Amino acid sequence: MAGVAREWREIPGRYNLKGTKCGNCGKIFFPGRSFCPVCRRASMGKMEDYDVCRTGKVFTFSVVHEAPESNNLQKPYVVAMVQTDDGVMITAQLVDVEFDKVQIGMPVKAVLRKLSTDGESGIIRYGYKFVPCE
Amino acid sequence: MDVGIVSYGAYVPRYRIKPEEIGRIWGVDGKGMGKGLMINQKSVPSPDEDVVTIATEAARNMMARVPEVDPRDIGAIYVGSESHPYAVKPTSTIVAEAIEATPNMTAADMEFACKAGTAGIQVCMGLVGSGMVKYGVAIGADTSQGAPGDALEYSASAGGAAYLIGSEKIIAKINKTLSFTTDTPDFWRREGQPYPKHGGRFTGEPAYFRHITSAAKMMMEAVGTKPEDYDYAVFHQPNGKFPTRVAAQLGFTPEQIQYGLLTPEIGNTYSGAVPLGLANVLDHAKPGDRIFVTSYGSGAGSDAFDITVTDEMKNYKRDKAPVLEKVLADPIYLDYGTYAKFKGKIVMPE
Ligand SMILES: [Zn+2]
Repeated sequence: MAGVAREWREIPGRYNLKGTKCGNCGKIFFPGRSFCPVCRRASMGKMEDYDVCRTGKVFTFSVVHEAPESNNLQKPYVVAMVQTDDGVMITAQLVDVEFDKVQIGMPVKAVLRKLSTDGESGIIRYGYKFVPCE
Repeated sequence: MDVGIVSYGAYVPRYRIKPEEIGRIWGVDGKGMGKGLMINQKSVPSPDEDVVTIATEAARNMMARVPEVDPRDIGAIYVGSESHPYAVKPTSTIVAEAIEATPNMTAADMEFACKAGTAGIQVCMGLVGSGMVKYGVAIGADTSQGAPGDALEYSASAGGAAYLIGSEKIIAKINKTLSFTTDTPDFWRREGQPYPKHGGRFTGEPAYFRHITSAAKMMMEAVGTKPEDYDYAVFHQPNGKFPTRVAAQLGFTPEQIQYGLLTPEIGNTYSGAVPLGLANVLDHAKPGDRIFVTSYGSGAGSDAFDITVTDEMKNYKRDKAPVLEKVLADPIYLDYGTYAKFKGKIVMPE
């Protein structure tokens, strides 16, 4: 059950791209961190909750042919590094897209999708993936 | 106190399959089948989509159009569906978390075949009207299953729409709602069974047509209206044929039901059907327009709504989320093999 508890703690980040921002230097972290590795002690108590922008552009991408079991139904599939409109780099699956249409610089948005399931009776994990948008 | 729609949002998965492709596999004239049902194609969810993700996307589109609404002012969320991903563990709590409405709120999942979404709208109207909550969210969404080769396989599809119900800045006032409900076993699915069963021809007259016409006539009598008083009408749409026929029986014209009838292009989205039809009407409606809505859920019941679009529609930020025309544009077509894989119809090794 330790897995379920950890999953539960990650929900704000996975559903809503909740990160943190250093109140000292302004750097944004996703996933959120409790202190800033640049400012270190100076960031203590100054880390703020931060909502990472859900829209962005494909920075680079790759087509995955050897999938983990949880993604067998979708292979081959695209994994993209997305630069959000506020400059955060997020790596995630890019779905609902035809491979020949994926391009660097393509506008995308984060949506909630199923990430994996623990077999037929276990928990269903939800989190962000990206889809093309105008 | 006026109660009505403050915002709405819709979502339909991008994949489609055509009836001729389904018929090709089962040795049936699929094209003819589609013609008879008035279904040109149906939507198919991606393997990573379910009612949680569809309801969330619809709800996020709904919230995007009212940036001034604080999600923490939402006091209730109801998700109506017959395909909730868990048997025990609510869809509504996940959606509530995904739009950041938690934790000072109530939530529950609704079930009533294809009318669970409109049942949620009625509950939210009661909660808002009584002053118990400031805003309530009602969502109808489904990823319905038709048994392979069954007539339902040509229509059962996926999609959903979300409604923010409140009393301030309403873009559409709900003048009245009422229901007609009986115990009619026209369609059912037992616990643990993957596919529903239906009563064949029995699903028509004593079920769909009786409940919709009864609720619709009761409504027009209660508010003193005639079909010609309405600019738009939306009826439950298990296929294209039934709503077209019931509209004609009641005296509505094909023009009145045109925008509220999406099933020919996306299939039967069950709990999502009437909410999506109404969303497409609201995409086109202007202040003063009057809308007639009647849902139907097997088992059986119909919810009728008499709605008037308000002047607030002029200030409404509809463009902050994609309108249905845009959601439905540019689909990706599947062959039956890919469709079967997407829908989990293929038995996989342990
Ligand atoms: Zn810093």
